[in-house]
Amino acid sequence: MFKRHARVIISVLIILLLVIIVGAAIASSGASAENPVSPVPGSSLPWWAWPAILFVVTFILGILAVLGGVGGGVLFVPIVGGFFPFHLDFVRGAGLLVALAGALAAGPGLLKRNLASLRLAIPVALIASAAAIVGAMIGLALPTNIIQILLGSTIIFIVVIMASAKKSDFPNVPQPDALSQSLGIMGIYREESLGKDVEWQIHKTAKGLMLFVVIGVMAGMFGLGAGWANVPVLNLLMGAPLKISVATSKFLLSITDTSAAWVYINSGAVLPMIVAPSIIGIMLGSMVGVKILAKAKPKAIKWMVIGILLLAGVRALLKGLGI
Amino acid sequence: MSTNRTKASEEQLIYANILNWGMWMGLALLTITFIIYMSGILPGFVEVKELPKYWGLSSAEFRLALHSPIGWGWLKVVGKGDYLNFIGIAFLAGLTIVCYAAIIPTLKRKKDTAYLVISVLEILVLVLAASGFLKAGH
Repeated sequence: MFKRHARVIISVLIILLLVIIVGAAIASSGASAENPVSPVPGSSLPWWAWPAILFVVTFILGILAVLGGVGGGVLFVPIVGGFFPFHLDFVRGAGLLVALAGALAAGPGLLKRNLASLRLAIPVALIASAAAIVGAMIGLALPTNIIQILLGSTIIFIVVIMASAKKSDFPNVPQPDALSQSLGIMGIYREESLGKDVEWQIHKTAKGLMLFVVIGVMAGMFGLGAGWANVPVLNLLMGAPLKISVATSKFLLSITDTSAAWVYINSGAVLPMIVAPSIIGIMLGSMVGVKILAKAKPKAIKWMVIGILLLAGVRALLKGLGI
Repeated sequence: MSTNRTKASEEQLIYANILNWGMWMGLALLTITFIIYMSGILPGFVEVKELPKYWGLSSAEFRLALHSPIGWGWLKVVGKGDYLNFIGIAFLAGLTIVCYAAIIPTLKRKKDTAYLVISVLEILVLVLAASGFLKAGH
């Protein structure tokens, strides 16, 4: 019964999100000539409407981000950057803080339920957060269109990998590698959808950690969260169950994005009028998302991740190509 | 239902509890300061009605046009409504450092040397990022 309700709620939220985005796009598509009172260039809406719409959009993104195991930033940046009148610098700065806030809001619940593994997150976070600092500094120096093209291509590539993967809900890890064994990275969690305890372990830890260098750099460079890349690496490469990967990825963002966010804050690329309504919206949305996540099926989460990533990837690519 | 087998570790629960407390505190700070900002109780560095003229500029153009602070310079103008919001933003961005610091004694007591070293290194990385020494721009 709950799962059916969750599906209905998620469907309604997605439809509502699309309606708001289309509405915002229409409002910002050169209607200003009809309303010379509006102080916002290229918009027929009063200035206060944009923070208000931003709040509603980020609340919905907060719910979807938890279920998809992505930082709100990966959805936030292409959507807000594409349909709101704010400069991309501030959108990227806000995007990192939005992803950070969503992860902070979801983190306690995921850790307490033992869905997010601190044991798995700590080594990964050190590498990713250090790399994210480097990425943020590169990203603030590179032309935006180049960043967008690279980002869109990367996300679409990941979508293809995830969509074509045959086994990822409970990956087969016949033997944990020496590094994960020495660090004691393993665990047991309650899989509510199956009604049983699931033991998990990981392999290919060294390869996974090396990839988190790349993920960290990209997260900071694009001004996004890193859930879009965390989940495939944790799940498909390292062999953590999808639900553990999604939850640990979400929690991981609270550490990775912190380091990149500080670079944006210190570089003056943060505007409270954009950040505050977005963070409040995403945090409230994430809390609702966590309630749904514990009961949701891993397969449903996987396909939601794919859909969300595809949307974000295509949007980023088109924007980078100037289409 | 959670059993002993599936229960989170001691340090994981410590981390979660502090994160939970801090998240609510940060959200409250951000909400209160944003309400103060929007209400106009405090004067803004940039007044809210004027902001739409500037939010389409790049961060570099914004700084040039308004001589806005960078790094921890916002502390000097924290009495302005807009920069008052940075209290909540900085609190949320700094929360992870507090969480890591809180699990250090548990890791030390458990003699979990590898995770103790990694956690201390993580704190150093985050403090470096927050220090304001690392800035970038076009």
